[in-house]
Amino acid sequence: MMFAQGSFYVLAAVAVVSALLVITRRNPVHSAIYLIVTLLSVALLYLQLQAEFIAAVQIILYIGGIMVLFLFVIMLVKLDVALRQPPFNQQWWVAGAAALVLAVELVGVIYLGRGTAALPQAPPGSLQPNTELIGRTLYQNYMLPFEIASLLLLVAMVGAVLMARRKAS
Amino acid sequence: MVPTWHYLVLSAALLTIGIIGVLTRRNVIIILMSLELILNAVNINLVAFSRQLADVSGQIFAIFIITVAAAEAAVGLGILIAFFRNRDTVNADEIDLLKW
Repeated sequence: MMFAQGSFYVLAAVAVVSALLVITRRNPVHSAIYLIVTLLSVALLYLQLQAEFIAAVQIILYIGGIMVLFLFVIMLVKLDVALRQPPFNQQWWVAGAAALVLAVELVGVIYLGRGTAALPQAPPGSLQPNTELIGRTLYQNYMLPFEIASLLLLVAMVGAVLMARRKAS
Repeated sequence: MVPTWHYLVLSAALLTIGIIGVLTRRNVIIILMSLELILNAVNINLVAFSRQLADVSGQIFAIFIITVAAAEAAVGLGILIAFFRNRDTVNADEIDLLKW
């Protein structure tokens, strides 16, 4: 029990600190590396929440797929000029103040509602076997959204190819 | 057992950091990375509630959100490459062709 609690706080701290580093580093490659650290600690949090399948999907798809795509684009785009310019825009203090207000509001609401929204905790092991349950639910109750997701991926693939293609002149 | 609202606070923190990144950074690549942070914050919420309610539907929703994130990253980075080819910049505040 103590180990689960301690590891949650360690992982949460790692996730938040590296997320802060993502948005403050000047070099996008460093940001991408810190984003990978955040995604990895979130994947470990999913393991703690008995969501093994989501943790595996997070590692394979986010870290193995999307982040590699980001790093490829960073290599393709010439960033020498952008690295010497200021990394933040002029409205950063307005945006920071608004986001701070939003954070205080969110945490306040969550803290005040922690008692009223408390539902009985499910007993441990109630979501096992995880992958089998997800497969059954996905193919029995969520068949149509699943098909629509495949269509969305097809459209995104065609769109990405069309956008990044060199114009035939 | 870590109470669910601790996960909600973590999710709110990641969401706020992502919003700050989207609003303040100039580099479009880092703006897209901040969007991934926001979507991850939502996923933490969904999986935490799925754990509390012992209902696997929250995890299905998280899978769909990951799908949408993949599509968004692919299209967004495609647009970025097309834009860089035309204007030689990746700064969001220099994308002002439709402003006057």
